[in-house]
Amino acid sequence: MSDTKTLLSVEDLCVDFRAGEKVTHAVENVSFEIERGETLALVGESGSGKTVSALSILQLLPYPAASHPSGAIYFKGENLLALPPDGLRHVRGNQISMIFQEPMTSLNPLHTIERQIAEVLRIHMGMSGQAARGRVLDLLTKVGIQDPEQRLGSYPHQLSGGQRQRVMIAMALANEPDLLIADEPTTALDVTIQAQILELLLQLKAEFNMAMLLITHDLGIVRKMADRVCVMHHGHIVERGKTKDIFEHPKDAYTQHLIASEPKGSPPPVDPQAKTILKTDDLRVWFPIKRGFLRKTVGHIKAVDGIDVDVKEGQTLGVVGESGSGKTTLGQAILRLISSEGPIVYLGQRIDGFDSRQMRPLRKELQIVFQDPYGSLSPRMSIGQIIEEGLLIQNPGISREDRAARVARALKEVGLDANVRDRYPHEFSGGQRQRIAIARALVLEPKFLILDEPTSALDVSVQAQIVDLLRDLQKRHKLAYLFISHDLKVVRALANSILVLRHGKVVEQGPSQEVFANPKTDYTKALLAAAFELETTPADAVAT
Amino acid sequence: MDAPTDVSVTEVAVSEGIPQPRAWVSALNKRRWQTFKANRRGYWSLWIFLFLFIISLFAEFIANDKPILIEYEGRYYWPIFQAYPETDFGGIFETEADYRDPVVQDLITEKGGWMIWPPIRFSYNTQNKNPPMAFPVKPTWLLTDKDCALAVEKGFHPCNADLEWNWLGTDDQGRDVVARIIYGFRISVLFGLVLTIFSSVIGVAAGAVQGYFGGWTDLLFQRFIEIWTSVPQLYLLIIVAAVIEPNFWILLGILLAFSWVALVGVVRAEFLRARNFEYVTAARALGLPSLKIIFRHLLPNAMVATLTFMPFILNGSITTLTSLDFLGFGLPPGSPSLGELLAQGKDNLQAPWLGLTAFFVIAIMLSLLIFVGEAVRDALDPRKTLN
Repeated sequence: MSDTKTLLSVEDLCVDFRAGEKVTHAVENVSFEIERGETLALVGESGSGKTVSALSILQLLPYPAASHPSGAIYFKGENLLALPPDGLRHVRGNQISMIFQEPMTSLNPLHTIERQIAEVLRIHMGMSGQAARGRVLDLLTKVGIQDPEQRLGSYPHQLSGGQRQRVMIAMALANEPDLLIADEPTTALDVTIQAQILELLLQLKAEFNMAMLLITHDLGIVRKMADRVCVMHHGHIVERGKTKDIFEHPKDAYTQHLIASEPKGSPPPVDPQAKTILKTDDLRVWFPIKRGFLRKTVGHIKAVDGIDVDVKEGQTLGVVGESGSGKTTLGQAILRLISSEGPIVYLGQRIDGFDSRQMRPLRKELQIVFQDPYGSLSPRMSIGQIIEEGLLIQNPGISREDRAARVARALKEVGLDANVRDRYPHEFSGGQRQRIAIARALVLEPKFLILDEPTSALDVSVQAQIVDLLRDLQKRHKLAYLFISHDLKVVRALANSILVLRHGKVVEQGPSQEVFANPKTDYTKALLAAAFELETTPADAVAT
Repeated sequence: MDAPTDVSVTEVAVSEGIPQPRAWVSALNKRRWQTFKANRRGYWSLWIFLFLFIISLFAEFIANDKPILIEYEGRYYWPIFQAYPETDFGGIFETEADYRDPVVQDLITEKGGWMIWPPIRFSYNTQNKNPPMAFPVKPTWLLTDKDCALAVEKGFHPCNADLEWNWLGTDDQGRDVVARIIYGFRISVLFGLVLTIFSSVIGVAAGAVQGYFGGWTDLLFQRFIEIWTSVPQLYLLIIVAAVIEPNFWILLGILLAFSWVALVGVVRAEFLRARNFEYVTAARALGLPSLKIIFRHLLPNAMVATLTFMPFILNGSITTLTSLDFLGFGLPPGSPSLGELLAQGKDNLQAPWLGLTAFFVIAIMLSLLIFVGEAVRDALDPRKTLN
């Protein structure tokens, strides 16, 4: 059968997970084929079963908790599900290989780059010594690692995120597989790096004539990379077809919803008369680097280096930057959760010298919402307890009934039913949890809210809802937002002025329409190109 | 810590819409209890241990040299709770009545009174007054005529009911072994429990402070612990035992001074990990003071690690007490103690019932606790799936 065009065909696949008595049907009756040299994208939101389907191909699921009640996976005419472990090992990493989302944890931190890649060569091709080293160098050059000879002895932690993902790709390509499964290969990376990696994958795919199964939630990536698309929802494939057809004429309601759900709307107009809520002047956060026996300070890591921020009532300042640019540090410094230098002025009052007791009354007016809705809610407290915690500290005088009423009101404002307050966070989805986190901040009636990547961990359709909610709340309560994000689409929908950060310094600053329309610096241009077009720019603008 | 087994499973399980109403016991704890029960050995060990422990708590009603209840001239007496002088029963002495004395028994029964005795008529320190042979006495049911030439001379027959009955014989001071192991078991477990609870409280508090504040606090505290743990415990105990006679509380204090470090490491690690969680930063942004953050947000995380260690610490505490008693540096002489029984067994190899009894009691007790500990560890292990 190996002469036919079909490389992999998944037929009627089901995956069940069992935890105690409870059986979860993660994937139900899923079928798809991949032809040689083709890219198929499995698209869906978290929990749609796309990763589980892909992991089933190489049987990397946690068996026996997972099981396949039905289905067959034919690879070159051979049913992988019926293969004994030995046969499977021959396929894994040799004819089918995988790259994962998180490049930090998918490389063994204790092995050098050379050893990790050479291991694949040794197992599947019996290569060793000089031959293996030559091949490793060859692969590293192919995936675009600079100075590959110097990198051979490096450990994963010495590489940047983008370089680590390149090493992962080199490992996956070591045996020139027929099929590459890429599970969210760029989700953990910055936009500029993401564009580079996608470019690399396209180029390598053509070079090796590989088929690729791309798993992603990002429709922009699908549009750029895939020949055909399967849209997954709740463990079913709801629609399939050519990429172009799907984007132009989505038939299924869910697909339409998915395509329509990119954050939309525009921020409130810039109002120069608005009162300044918070202002910083030359704010610095420097972490000392200490060396030697006497711990002498030999230098500083300048996480935030001289930033002026001016947030006005009812307006949003968007802080944009890639990871490590200091945007989260800036937010925490403004809230005085970490120490900083330089004046921070809140409503005409300098707060940068305040100790924790002096800060406490101000805490209710300066609030923060975090990125990870799973990590920012204490798992052992009920929703009611989580929301009222701030009230207990900030307004200890109010009665129990009043407190309950305020909690209920805050829940209603974020669009949740008031009687969810006795439930625990794990019972809610990501979007609902983010609403709870917003309610926790709102219940104190703040004037200034720092939103630290509040939508990054959410699915696109949920992102749009949260953006709408935030804009609505801003209008109703005249809130001032400091919106921190790397996602330029969300920033464009919310912020009316923008601060582009890089290495702790401001690269560009101004009203958002202006910055988006006519970026002045190369870096901003590269950022915008990568974010909206998934295009790479010459490396000097955005070194990895 | 307690994330369900697999990420993709959770993602599927967190469905949209309004969640199910919440039960009184959280689903997580229910699942833990199920996992605990699924470990049959641990589950049964828990029940057997609890049964033995609760029985031993009522040791006074099971093995005592005083009756539980006496009816005498229409009045009821509770000798276990209150000491009555012999004169109350028409005797001569004003000291407490010795109910095992046939004279006192006769005084009561002559007046038509009656007594309810515990099943074993010995307390841990009661001597067998009519030993059929030199101490230690064999278990009564093993006695032969040859063993008790002395008793036969006095007119008793080995299997005569008038003989004081010792199910597992007596030790070398004529005290009933069964009574001593019942009391000894109780004191061992109680000592272990108290030591475990105190050292956990101190250890968790110390670990919490180090982990939460980090930096210099952590550094200095860690160095202090390193020095402290290198102090030789046993020598210190020997020195202290030479100066003052150790009792239950002094012994507890000395052992506590060293055993609290057991939990510091785990709790500290747990705090170091959790203090950077976003919900902790969120709590700080709400203006919560450190103490509140530690208690409400961080401590619940550390409790899982603590609970997993607890049965093993309990076992360690019991073993420590037993070994100190064995060496003679433990509880004051005369106290019922398993270690002391073991030492007697070593000194009296001609009386194997002493050593064997002590060995089996200690071995069974520790094994039961280890089995329980294993089941607890399984139950709190988030990676454990049920099947």
